[in-house]
Amino acid sequence: MTVAMTMTEKILARGAGRESVRPGDLVLAQVDFAMGHDLTIPPAGKIMREQMGAEKIWDPDRVAVTQDHFQPAKDAASATLGRLTREFSHDMGIKWYFEVGQGGICHTVLPENGLVLPGELVVGADSHSCTYGALNNFATGIGSTDLACVLALGELWFRVPETLKFVYHNRLKEWVEAKDLILYVIGQIGVDGARSKAMEHTGEALKHIDMEARLTMTNMAIEAGAKNGIMEFDEVTKEYLDGRAKRPYTPVTSDRDAEYEKVFEFDVEKVELGVAKPMSPDNYAPLSEVAGTRLDQVFIGSCTNSRITDLRRAAAVLENHKVAPGVRLIITPSSHQVAIQAEKEGLIRTFLAAGAAWTTATCGACLGGHMGVLGEGEICLSTTNRNFPGRMGHPKAQVYLSNPAVAAASAVTGVITHPSEVLDHMPAGIR
Amino acid sequence: MTLPKVIRGKAWKFGDNVDTDQIIPAKYAIYSLDEKELGKHAMEGVPGRDTWATGVTQGDILVGGSNFGCGSSREIAPVAIRGAGISLVVADSFARIFFRNAINMGYPILQSPPAAEGVEEGDELEVDLEEGIIRNFTKGDEYRCEAFPQFMNELLRMGGLVPWVRKQLEERRKMTPSRG
Repeated sequence: MTVAMTMTEKILARGAGRESVRPGDLVLAQVDFAMGHDLTIPPAGKIMREQMGAEKIWDPDRVAVTQDHFQPAKDAASATLGRLTREFSHDMGIKWYFEVGQGGICHTVLPENGLVLPGELVVGADSHSCTYGALNNFATGIGSTDLACVLALGELWFRVPETLKFVYHNRLKEWVEAKDLILYVIGQIGVDGARSKAMEHTGEALKHIDMEARLTMTNMAIEAGAKNGIMEFDEVTKEYLDGRAKRPYTPVTSDRDAEYEKVFEFDVEKVELGVAKPMSPDNYAPLSEVAGTRLDQVFIGSCTNSRITDLRRAAAVLENHKVAPGVRLIITPSSHQVAIQAEKEGLIRTFLAAGAAWTTATCGACLGGHMGVLGEGEICLSTTNRNFPGRMGHPKAQVYLSNPAVAAASAVTGVITHPSEVLDHMPAGIR
Repeated sequence: MTLPKVIRGKAWKFGDNVDTDQIIPAKYAIYSLDEKELGKHAMEGVPGRDTWATGVTQGDILVGGSNFGCGSSREIAPVAIRGAGISLVVADSFARIFFRNAINMGYPILQSPPAAEGVEEGDELEVDLEEGIIRNFTKGDEYRCEAFPQFMNELLRMGGLVPWVRKQLEERRKMTPSRG
């Protein structure tokens, strides 16, 4: 008799070469793809070579490295980290190395290049590596010693997580985006509501949510403490991967009688446009509660909400408007490909005409790195993922998290604003 | 590096959901390869604790609340705490990447909800790592810690993932003789 399993359990069982696994099992599993960046490759490379004694990596074709966190180098020390990252990638013959100006933020670059695929076991030395799970894989964030182990052996230890199932009914209302939904869900369960567990997202509402918006949802699994976020394979997944996938892949489905620790049901039609208030991503509030809050900075960027569909919505709101006096709007595309597309579609012209600062693709301001760090007492509305004290700069700066249309509208008025006050309707096809 | 059986030290108490940006603000990630420098800035992002590291005596024990170390995957979070001189972290619960990172480094962490509740800042503690018991000399209390799976205890005893990988690599080299 075969044991019924969730998608997460099936992927870990396959990786471990076992018929089945149960939550709580510790397994040694083979990794299909691994990622590191300019902050995590230097320590991982040092640990792997100097402490573990490995001379080469297990499979140069299955590793991606991005120069995204503090690159283009924000100071001399970051330049050293960038150099160590570059040299390690070159020495190891890493196939998917993305130089400054050619890649961008890891969590946009890997999906858009078809490097993380259904059914796979993916690890990244960055907490938001859970993003890839929207593509029907098991993807999780790991540390630098973990990454060193994977680079040396192609294997890593995992505790099989319990799975929480999130079922989304109905359809999101006008203006309400996947970002609002996931902020609402995290608000309901808390920043440790899924601690070390798998978040499996399912339900008919997802059929109407495109791949980029799905990536926004799985991206924030870590904000509920989850090990991974995962979605089913469907037409949307297939369409996104056609012509993009770099390897053949085998989708995975949860068995009908798989065991879930808990099942949450949401009528998404009832979810309002919302924000996470300072100082925690689970501090959800409907937009109406915070509308009118004065802002110093608006930031549209990050692996959460700065893909091309996000920029299209921001541009639709900003078209023929100016950024309000006293506010600065910083827009950071999440990848070089996104920037190229934005240029083709004329979005950059709209941003520049509105008075926005348009930057190169980088994690930048999201983690208080560079190009938009906040000072003491400043208030920022940001399309990013975290607003813990000090995340974007000074510990006494305040960060509200929102979707890109709200961010764009708020930049126009200078206070937190519903986008319908700036634009009657989001044009069809942009959502 | 083998773990001592018993660790003694003074407690430093922190609350729930202390995230990695508070443990070591991202701007210090430029010191990723310098544990001592990271240690100088440990916990600096926690409101009211901006000079915390200067008060730590080598061997002190950090006691956190629930979901300790949530947020980023940066391994410099446990590295910074160790660099500040903290010998052991006890918490009500740990965020998973912080937990992994500490175990992988061979850095002792213990999960003990009663200790997280009962210990106050400045209490003198003695932790018996083998027995999984924390004694509070100041209060005369004793707290039990939750047992980890065997593999994690083995990793901790070995000194973390590094010696484990070294062993795996040696075994692989034996199995696949070099072709010259």
